[in-house]
Amino acid sequence: MTDATLPPPAGPGLLRRFFRGLGWAPRIALVVLSVIVAVTLLSPWIAPHDPLEMNPLQRLQGPSAEHPLGTDNFGRDLFSRVLIGGRISLLIGIGAAVVSLLIGLFIGMIAGFFRLADAIIMRLMDALMAIPAILLAIALVALNGPSIGSVIAAITIPEIPRVVRLVRAVVLSAREEPYVEAAIALGSRMPKVLVRHLVPNTLAPLIVQGTYILASAILTEAILSFLGAGVSTETPTWGNIMAEGRMFFRLKPELILWPGLVLSLCILSVNLLGDAARDMLDPKLKKRAG
Amino acid sequence: MIGYILRRVLAVIPVLLIVAVFVFLLLRLTPGDPAAIIAGDQATPAQLERIREAMGLNDPIPVQFATWVGQLARGDLGTSLISNQPVSNLIAARIGPTISIALLTILMSVALAVPMGVLAAWRHGKWVDYLVMTFSVLGFSIPVFVIGYLFILLFSIELGWFPVQGFTPISAGLGPFLHKAFLPALTLTTIYVALIARMTRANMLEVLGEDYIRTARAKGAPERQVLFRHALRNAAVPILTVIGTGFALLIGGVVVTESVFNIPGIGRLTVDAVLARDYPVIQAMILLTAGIYVLVNLLIDLSYTLFDPRIRY
Amino acid sequence: MTLTFRPARLAAAALIASTALTGAAWAETTITAVMHSGLRVLDPVITTAHITRNHAYMIYDVLLAQDSNFQPQPQMADWTVSDDKLTYTFTLRDGLVFHDGAPVTAADAVASLNRWGQKDAAGQVIFDRTASLEATDDKTITWTLTEPFPPMLDVLSKQSALPPFIMPARVAETSADEAITDYTGSGPFRFVEAEFQPGLSVTYEKFDDYVPRDEPADWMAGGKVVNVDRVVWSAIPDIQTAVNALSGGEIDYIEQMQVDLIPLLEGDPNVVVEVREPTGMMTMVRPNFLHPPFDNQEVRQAALKAVSQEPVLAAMIGNPEYYTICGAILGCGTPLGSEAGTETLTGGGGADAAREQLTAAGYDGTPVVIMQPTDMVALVNQPVVVAQALRDAGFTVELQPMDWQTLVTRRASQAAPSEGGWNMFITNWMVPEISNPIGNPMLNGRGDDAWFGWPTDETAEALKEEYIDATTPEEQKAVAERIQAHGIDNVLLIPLGQYTLPQARRSNLEGMLNSPVPVFWNVSKPES
Repeated sequence: MTDATLPPPAGPGLLRRFFRGLGWAPRIALVVLSVIVAVTLLSPWIAPHDPLEMNPLQRLQGPSAEHPLGTDNFGRDLFSRVLIGGRISLLIGIGAAVVSLLIGLFIGMIAGFFRLADAIIMRLMDALMAIPAILLAIALVALNGPSIGSVIAAITIPEIPRVVRLVRAVVLSAREEPYVEAAIALGSRMPKVLVRHLVPNTLAPLIVQGTYILASAILTEAILSFLGAGVSTETPTWGNIMAEGRMFFRLKPELILWPGLVLSLCILSVNLLGDAARDMLDPKLKKRAG
Repeated sequence: MIGYILRRVLAVIPVLLIVAVFVFLLLRLTPGDPAAIIAGDQATPAQLERIREAMGLNDPIPVQFATWVGQLARGDLGTSLISNQPVSNLIAARIGPTISIALLTILMSVALAVPMGVLAAWRHGKWVDYLVMTFSVLGFSIPVFVIGYLFILLFSIELGWFPVQGFTPISAGLGPFLHKAFLPALTLTTIYVALIARMTRANMLEVLGEDYIRTARAKGAPERQVLFRHALRNAAVPILTVIGTGFALLIGGVVVTESVFNIPGIGRLTVDAVLARDYPVIQAMILLTAGIYVLVNLLIDLSYTLFDPRIRY
Repeated sequence: MTLTFRPARLAAAALIASTALTGAAWAETTITAVMHSGLRVLDPVITTAHITRNHAYMIYDVLLAQDSNFQPQPQMADWTVSDDKLTYTFTLRDGLVFHDGAPVTAADAVASLNRWGQKDAAGQVIFDRTASLEATDDKTITWTLTEPFPPMLDVLSKQSALPPFIMPARVAETSADEAITDYTGSGPFRFVEAEFQPGLSVTYEKFDDYVPRDEPADWMAGGKVVNVDRVVWSAIPDIQTAVNALSGGEIDYIEQMQVDLIPLLEGDPNVVVEVREPTGMMTMVRPNFLHPPFDNQEVRQAALKAVSQEPVLAAMIGNPEYYTICGAILGCGTPLGSEAGTETLTGGGGADAAREQLTAAGYDGTPVVIMQPTDMVALVNQPVVVAQALRDAGFTVELQPMDWQTLVTRRASQAAPSEGGWNMFITNWMVPEISNPIGNPMLNGRGDDAWFGWPTDETAEALKEEYIDATTPEEQKAVAERIQAHGIDNVLLIPLGQYTLPQARRSNLEGMLNSPVPVFWNVSKPES
């Protein structure tokens, strides 16, 4: 369905051109994102407390020297939880993006190359897309238990059809290209053609798609936690910190606002960068800009 | 055209069949026992076993599947295991609020997002573009329950403009309906606007680079006419598509807003059914939403002809 | 109540009524209540769920009911007992009719009692000793026992778990394993089937032909005088939304307030937050006796020592006004409650002693699987604190979050924890449900027939026999103390303390009863 809007393949030197071509908003986004990623990666050394260390008698306290952002409803240090929680949230986001891209790439290639498989695969993908993602995710988490792995799987599976469609469309248009036909005519074996020509061509749109999946995975994790199907409170994530704090929204909004702020900044940055990458990869836009 | 519609409608059947088999298997593999929910904390294992037997949960899975498909073929969606009410009644009572809020959301989103996207594309690379895009992407970056809480705090508790919860059907009058439906729809709009504005902008950018736009401009057509008559019309197809694919996203958002705003809709019906393993309700709901999804996308495909005369079926 | 005509008020009321209740005349009084859970199951015999029991008290009536001194009082029927304590004769009072207009007969009562007796544990005990139960005429029920059963009237008048509600005979003939589909009762309210939305909303209308008793309402007994036209139970899943709606006057009543949110209602003159039922609930840990490490009594004892009640209660409830530290298996504030042997629980825990005992018991680091239900607000917090306390004492703990459905399925599994079983979960009971050694499910020591956790505990069973044979309150109390000592020594449970969730209501509701079951007779909602 999105065939009409697909950006055609981009050549090498992508990263360098990418940085140079950024406007000021995406540049800020890049800086913000780098800071968030760096801080969350370093969080075990920065966090003043163990994020699980609890003292229910000191719960829901305001900010203090001991607890810079106060404590949550178990008396755990909110600052440390938000820091450490970022790691798991990003892990879920990146995990979901990478896994759905890889699986989608694989299935999409098969669908694009083998007419026979195409019909069956695309009907399956249609069916998967027709099931509301959040309901599918809840059911999948209920099936496997709410571990990080099953949450990633639950977010990944509904995303796969979109990637498959994208890859298949690129493959379908690419296999008509003279250089692919030429490669096949010259006796290249199919897998070689795949790797040599098609993977690089699908890479650019996939990276863009990946940013969107990453962003939506972090959000979906939060919604799963809100609906009671998220990862354990002993594995803090931005999502489950917010979901646990939601009851105190009017009394102690910090419990939602701090993780919410970092989460939103992170997703905003990822989305803005994704948009910028998308614009840049679209030659029609370049034509107009140039 | 009619042949095309027929083919498309027929193509829906295998899709729904796959959905049906998939959902059925997924549910039976998920741990859970509706009999335990019904019987409560003090039931003995023997009592549970008798309830399970009476509900047909002890039949082999193929038998259960055949029973269900047989019912479906007769147009019977089955009976809720938990409340003993016909599933069709449950859905009929609760689909109205969801559909009306979804439609209001789409209406509000399109009204907001399309001008935003056009504006951003028109001022591509300028601060207006970034402002619009950042603003619309922001809606996509905050969990929907947080947006709902913020709106309730601001518009209901601080300003007192809207009630904090509940739903009034449209049959009770447009005023009362809007009074209660506006906030939940606005909450969902924030997500949807991001989606549509982004797609509008991208397609407008593409179209604005086309030769016929330059021609129109060169001929001295007013800018507004160029944007809305020539460009937007041509960019409409992918925008419609995103409205269709976004429907699934809307269902996800509805599940959350219905619980934040206490709306008696099908989103909560389904989540409650999943948590209680009320199999007939979940199966019917997923088939129904899948059906609506497919239907909406069919309608949108058909409406392309309205916007793009080049498309013929 | 003064009747002054205030046009503006009336117009406002009419507006509210027309938006809140479409199709209802404005003059009707409706109470909109948010109960502790949504109503889904309508058959009070098939389930022990409290919400269904509460629903049944709305639309059905009972033969006997308890007053605030726990004494059985006549409700639908008076009774006489023969001198040999073997024959009970119940006589239905005049004027009782079902919602379909048919009179309530002794045959209806007998059919209802028979169906109830197949499900209720105490009812089964009575039926085991029953020679005959029959309707001697339209108004008279004669129940003959094979041996005296002193608690007979207490059982028939109880409100937990299954009270014997009276239904028409045609309904009571439904198999006890299948849910009824005809909701005709003879209670003070009528169930409006057309407006029932399972899990969401249920509507009751005043039953105009109900004849209340003359005595004033007292707990569950006395006259059930209905002063409102309609009662709507509306489930609001988000407690914060419910609290906002109560402040805004969109609803009238919240059965169970989240204690943490009470400050939002403080200072609002239109809202009252109060404790309806002071005995409250008890929360407790249940260990699994079948699998390591808790098949070892010393390890269970170490676990008990490791836990301190106060942090658990603080995390769960927050404000100490609403919880009580209490080590009594039979509950504090009850006739039989004793706190012996729980000093570590109530006094801040004994991590060091627990660690020592754990080492002495030869604990090998077998992980303890604790199940945590993520979608049950009343049970979600305790496992987290208990897990931490056990870890601090040297246990290896695996806290496994899951939804409630998975938990209830999994807790029924006797498999090893690594193969889909479990070691521990938390459960809450109403204090009256556990205040009697016979009814307390934790004290059932009959192995596979016991409650989840399946202890085989002959001492507990023997002590319960002694309790049944005890004739004076002093003797009963003495046995109860030995039950406490044994229950703690064998760690049949780890008591985590008692709590009450207060109710919140609009201040214009007058005459709400302090009953153990929230009821909507006696209360009125004057148009101010």
